[in-house]
Amino acid sequence: MSVLTSIINSLPGAVAQGLIWGIMAIGLYITYKILNVSDLTVDGSICTGAAVCVMMIINGYSMPLALLGAFISGMLCGLATGIFHTIMGIPAILAGILTQLALYSVNLKILGKANQVLNASKYDLLVSLRNVKGVPLYENAILITALLVLAIIAVLYWFFGTAYGCSLRATGSNLNMSRAQGINTKMNTVFGLMLANGIVAFSGAILAQYQGYAEVTMGRGAIVTGLAAIIIGGAIFGKISKNFAVQLLATALGGVVYYIVYQIIICIGLDADLLKLLSALVVAVFLAVPYIKSYYYPKYKKKLMKKNIKKEGAANARN
Amino acid sequence: MLEIKNVKKAFNVGTVNEKIALNGLNLTLNDGDFVTVIGGNGAGKSTMLNAIAGVWDIDEGSIIIDGVDVTDMLEFKRAKYLGRVFQDPMMGTAADMEIQENMALAYRRGRARGLGWGITKKEKELYKQELKKLDLGLEDRMTSKVGLLSGGQRQALTLLMSALVKPKLLLLDEHTAALDPKTAAKVLELSDKIISESKLTAMMVTHNMNDAIKHGNRLVMMHEGRIIFDVSGEEKKKLTIDELVEKFTQSSGTEFASDRALLSK
Ligand SMILES: Nc1ncnc2c1ncn2[C@@H]1O[C@H](COP(=O)(O)OP(=O)(O)OP(=O)(O)O)[C@@H](O)[C@H]1O
Ligand SMILES: [Mg+2]
Repeated sequence: MSVLTSIINSLPGAVAQGLIWGIMAIGLYITYKILNVSDLTVDGSICTGAAVCVMMIINGYSMPLALLGAFISGMLCGLATGIFHTIMGIPAILAGILTQLALYSVNLKILGKANQVLNASKYDLLVSLRNVKGVPLYENAILITALLVLAIIAVLYWFFGTAYGCSLRATGSNLNMSRAQGINTKMNTVFGLMLANGIVAFSGAILAQYQGYAEVTMGRGAIVTGLAAIIIGGAIFGKISKNFAVQLLATALGGVVYYIVYQIIICIGLDADLLKLLSALVVAVFLAVPYIKSYYYPKYKKKLMKKNIKKEGAANARN
Repeated sequence: MLEIKNVKKAFNVGTVNEKIALNGLNLTLNDGDFVTVIGGNGAGKSTMLNAIAGVWDIDEGSIIIDGVDVTDMLEFKRAKYLGRVFQDPMMGTAADMEIQENMALAYRRGRARGLGWGITKKEKELYKQELKKLDLGLEDRMTSKVGLLSGGQRQALTLLMSALVKPKLLLLDEHTAALDPKTAAKVLELSDKIISESKLTAMMVTHNMNDAIKHGNRLVMMHEGRIIFDVSGEEKKKLTIDELVEKFTQSSGTEFASDRALLSK
């Protein structure tokens, strides 16, 4: 099999997985872009969602109920970080790390062991990696996750347009102004963290169904993957429109691009172990862009100007 | 309208940097008072305004706004009584949100924020009319992000927002200090207009003695966390800068320390 056919064959799977991570990235978008906090809880809460979903299904609960359970468990993760941050005054990054660490134990307890298999032929699941091609449309994992992404975007678009949603955006934009306008910024920060982690855990639940298992390490580096999706999506599709729905869609598509690249790297035989290193570097470079622009670019411009002045001076002298 | 009773506030207690910023401050404002506040650097002017707004807890004393004791009320809860404009033009508006969205946030000050739309069609018309008053052309840029505006434009917008829902008390902390002289004059004129049109009770901190004399019906001078001079009515109108400086030297026993104030004669 040539490299090209193997890439083409793995493409549907990459798209489905990318969309699931796109949901995760949308959750992260809420904290990172709207609330303006870097929330590291997600590395743990994505696994919490997966664990809760898998265990609920194994124990006989219906799949929709298991998804709801996952969402709520994620909100509780966000609540923990929110309390650490607002009530106990711990910096957001540290608060997230603490929750993430605590969740490692919690997730192990929920799963009972390091990983749990969820047999797709035994249970009625929403998506499965067996269903990325050659199945009727209504079972197609890509279509179903795509519809989920659109539904989540629609709900968030509505929510952030409400009076309460606007007050969340204001909280992320300017804490002082928000309080002066009577907004409970602490409560909003906590709720934003809850909503974001609820969505992240939901994506974890979908991911567990898709891959057919949940394992305690599945969230490692999730924040970097999510950030990569936000950054890639913003760079490729974000310029289309400033519209909030478009920005969210761009984020989800960023996840898809990320996973397609991931597949290509695997197919051409590059060491997949290096992928996390690569994504960390790519994210680091993109995160540095605003700083580089504001710090180095003016200096560069100044230098350029000086050069030009010299040139002009020389030219004038000659005249 | 406002009663400040024996308020004390110290910062960095127990360290070498301990600073008593408010030291038994007393002040009562009547309905409709427009008070200008002057005093040297570190006199406690901003601290007084922050104490009223509830930025942190005070150590002693009480603050009553229109009969309601707000001493233990959190900042965001008190906000329903207050309009605030800060010295830093970036501080009073949300840069990432549209002009009209910022106004909608201010329009809901003191009201529950539920799941109804964050901004309605009817409101937009109201905001347009209000923005026209500024005469800055902002009424045609209602969907622009506030971050794109200049400092003066942002300060004018903040001022408009602070009075969109009539506050019981308007707090202006050197709100023209960061602007160029022409813009500063314009924002000041606008402040005057809004205060008189809506009959607001207001406090305005300024380093410009001329402005302090020219505006408002009352003037207070602060020194070391207390009010050392309080004048209103006809007496205030007749005040001159030289008298003020002399008054300061008399009352405080020191030279007027603020070179900024002297410069702005
Ligand atoms: N948050 C704070 N933490 C520590 N010290 C503070 C704080 N706020 C004010 N101070 C101190 O309290 C004193 C009074 O400060 P304040 O800002 O009220 O002065 P001001 O009269 O507004 O002066 P200026 O004209 O310089 O604005 C100063 O010595 C200041 O250093
Ligand atoms: Mg001050």
